Amino acid sequence: MPSTDLGLDTLPKLLIHNASAIGGRPAMRHKDLGIWQAWTWAQMLEEVRAFSIGLAERGLKRGDKFTIIGNNRPRLYWAMCAGQALGAVPVPVYADAVADEMAFVLAHAEVTLAVVQDQEQVDKIIAVSDRLPHLGQVIYDEPRGLKDYDHSRLIAFEDVQGLGRKKLASDPECLRLWQAGVAVGKGSDLSVILYTSGTTGRSKGVMLTYENTIVSARNANGFDRLDQNEEVIAYLPLAWVGDYIFSYVQSYVAGYCVNCPEAPDTVVQDRREIGTTYAFAPPRVYENILTLTTVRMADAGALKRKVFDFFIAVAARWGQKILDGEKVPLRARLLYGIGNLLVYGPLMNQFGLSRVRVAYTAGEAIGPEIFRFWRGIGLNLKQLYGQTEASVYVTAQPDGEIYSDTVGKASPDVEVKISDNGEVLYRSPGVFAGYYKDPDKTAEVLTPDGWVHTGDAGFFDPKSGQLKIIDRAKDVGRLSDGTVFAPKYIENKLKFYPNIREAVAVGASRDFVCAMINIDLTSVGSWAERNNVVYGSYQELAANPQVYDMIARHIDEVNRSLAEEEVMAGAQIRRFLILHKELDPDDGELTRTQKLRRGHIIDRYGPLVEAFYNGAATAEISTEVTFEDGHKGVIAARLAIRDMQAYPARTAKLERAA
Amino acid sequence: MRAPSSREAALGEALLAVEDVSLAFGGVQALTGVSFDIRKGEIRAIIGPNGAGKTSMLNVINGFYQPQSGRITFKGKERASMRPYAAAEGGIARTFQNLALFRGMTTLDNILAGRALKMRRGFFWQLIRYGPALREEVEHRQRVEEIIDFLEIAAIRKIPVGRLPYGLQKRVELGRALAMEPDLLLLDEPMAGMNLEEKEDMSRFILDVNQQYGTTIALIEHDMGVVMDLSDRVVVLDYGRKIADASPDDVKSDKNVIRAYLGEPHGVSV
Repeated sequence: MPSTDLGLDTLPKLLIHNASAIGGRPAMRHKDLGIWQAWTWAQMLEEVRAFSIGLAERGLKRGDKFTIIGNNRPRLYWAMCAGQALGAVPVPVYADAVADEMAFVLAHAEVTLAVVQDQEQVDKIIAVSDRLPHLGQVIYDEPRGLKDYDHSRLIAFEDVQGLGRKKLASDPECLRLWQAGVAVGKGSDLSVILYTSGTTGRSKGVMLTYENTIVSARNANGFDRLDQNEEVIAYLPLAWVGDYIFSYVQSYVAGYCVNCPEAPDTVVQDRREIGTTYAFAPPRVYENILTLTTVRMADAGALKRKVFDFFIAVAARWGQKILDGEKVPLRARLLYGIGNLLVYGPLMNQFGLSRVRVAYTAGEAIGPEIFRFWRGIGLNLKQLYGQTEASVYVTAQPDGEIYSDTVGKASPDVEVKISDNGEVLYRSPGVFAGYYKDPDKTAEVLTPDGWVHTGDAGFFDPKSGQLKIIDRAKDVGRLSDGTVFAPKYIENKLKFYPNIREAVAVGASRDFVCAMINIDLTSVGSWAERNNVVYGSYQELAANPQVYDMIARHIDEVNRSLAEEEVMAGAQIRRFLILHKELDPDDGELTRTQKLRRGHIIDRYGPLVEAFYNGAATAEISTEVTFEDGHKGVIAARLAIRDMQAYPARTAKLERAA
Repeated sequence: MRAPSSREAALGEALLAVEDVSLAFGGVQALTGVSFDIRKGEIRAIIGPNGAGKTSMLNVINGFYQPQSGRITFKGKERASMRPYAAAEGGIARTFQNLALFRGMTTLDNILAGRALKMRRGFFWQLIRYGPALREEVEHRQRVEEIIDFLEIAAIRKIPVGRLPYGLQKRVELGRALAMEPDLLLLDEPMAGMNLEEKEDMSRFILDVNQQYGTTIALIEHDMGVVMDLSDRVVVLDYGRKIADASPDDVKSDKNVIRAYLGEPHGVSV
């Protein structure tokens, strides 16, 4: 078991330590050609070392920046550590970034070498190579399709490893020198630059030291008692801080095994085969599984549907209490037991969640109903609140203190406070070293005494003592009559409905609130199939009057629920429309982590916003769209706007169970 | 998409030559005196209006139809007549216009079926799955998994193909043909009924098969954009006769071809 006081202050040092302390235990698995291939810690050290020495042979040196682009594959994780062993700094980039975005990050970070997954990424780099004067070599994992390419700057991953192995075999000094190089590294060194997807403007490079990430990881492992027996699946973007900490640093610190899926679309099957014990996912993943289940159940026979509905109701009533170890009547316990046999167990197994001890949701607020559903059927789902600038952890919910509308207590070693204007601030050992080449931005966020401004508005819930996040501080606005308008709060209520994929609420400094809706193609498409509604495209389905009726019913329910909340009653939705295209990161409407870029959307759909407030019944819009290869097209549409009824404010008499 | 000059040099001698082939069904003349060749390593397109005899031509090549006259030379050997089984053993694999998969079987089993000709152990040994038979099965499975990886269909490995969307079924069928490790791959309208994205994927797979495995490919296709992008040379049939045989660019501007497609010389729609 790695411990704190062995001078293990960098990731390469941890790797060398693990290889001798727990060398025979699995460190990584990857499903390839239908079979799980495994590497022990000792084998992984050998792979990383060979690649690292190969990189040195190809000229990578201390202080250089290199990029990693691709899906979650062992070789890309190894490449990070291999470069770090030389004192170079990895700068992972989102695999689905369009060429232009990629060019910005690579040029800004002055990346000299790239390790990429496949032809697709190589093509993107070639397309923007004239904007990357620093970039020398490109190393690829999968050779497919690259045979006819100019190989003067291209080299295969195994050839680099081959270089390293040859050097190791021929030069007896090589191993010692490499180890000496690792020993030079120290905790305060820059370990990684992670570009945040940035809900506003260009992304910023968050610099994290080894100490930042290792202390955070160690605290997180302690908090949830994670050890070398855990199994996790790595499927979130490599460039996201969550994956970096969770699939890399925490694994190195605790010694647990990280499993890489066969392909992005086999994650659910792969997770089921591995039986992960610790899971980490944005709310979207839990939402999608629930939507998928609901859709499939709608197609099931009447008996199955009845059984499902009955036991889901039982779970909603008793499941959470049983999970929290409260006292529950015997009858409820029996019913829940039967439900577990018939519904919950098989459902959890289907999605590979049977062995999960701790599951986190983070990144966005999760719909309370979705949260309750999962806890109800027995998944220990908890919330945490984190930021790239904090090496993830700011607050997290301890076992047994779970609420659907809070994000937990301050994580170990983290101090959290609320500023006078309601913004959340924190200070911790995980706090970043600054934005790369951007001292002005750093000064805006990081105070001299180490506090970080999160930009989120929140407060401590007096009942639970846990932090509650309302919205982005700058997004919380007021209507023209002074009513508080927290757009995300409303959007989250809308997004609970499986038929609604995304929602944008507008209303700051206006007379009332309006909403733009993205329907969920899986869910609404399945409804259309069952009701003989014919459609040829998203646009056509979105404009269907019956779909409008359906969404109007959902909004009506949301308005009723808003009317029950004193503060929010004035912010009911008066008008809405369904957008003609799905919001997409490629058009800058969502971030790579699928968060709304509100300002940009409101600019882009300006004519629609105007139509909301000038009373028009339809609105014309034409928008430019960007395809993944960078070429552009225009979509034009005429959208209908519906008026909705608002309900008088009334405070709910009974407080709902959390 | 590719550099034609360097391609030209890479193409080898003729793998298959068709000379003066005629085929008739009763009074209907399907093919009349058609001659062309397919060179090793090339992608050869066969195009033409409906009823031009394209599928008949493929059926002649893989021995399903016996031409009344003419010669076919495959790998330097002239053949008078051949059964489809013999053609398959000789290294010719094909996919079908209207799919011919085992709908109740999984993707994996369908592709494994393509290995049937390569199974050396008898029925009995395979049944008890022991010793050499087991080793052999492992070997075949390895090959099949490589194809699954190549075609990016890992997610549907264990799903019965009857439940898959059409575009994916087409991909599985290509997988089964690849499992035979053919020297010559015949594709009968590989993109029929596909949307743009599926067509792009399929085009990429066809190019990759050609590049990575060096497989010679003859394909029938209606989408002219696809034909122009993929093929090295195009042969054009009309009413069972060859009316052109040239590079995609030359075929596009050929007067006879334009007339066959449009009746009037206005240019081929691409």
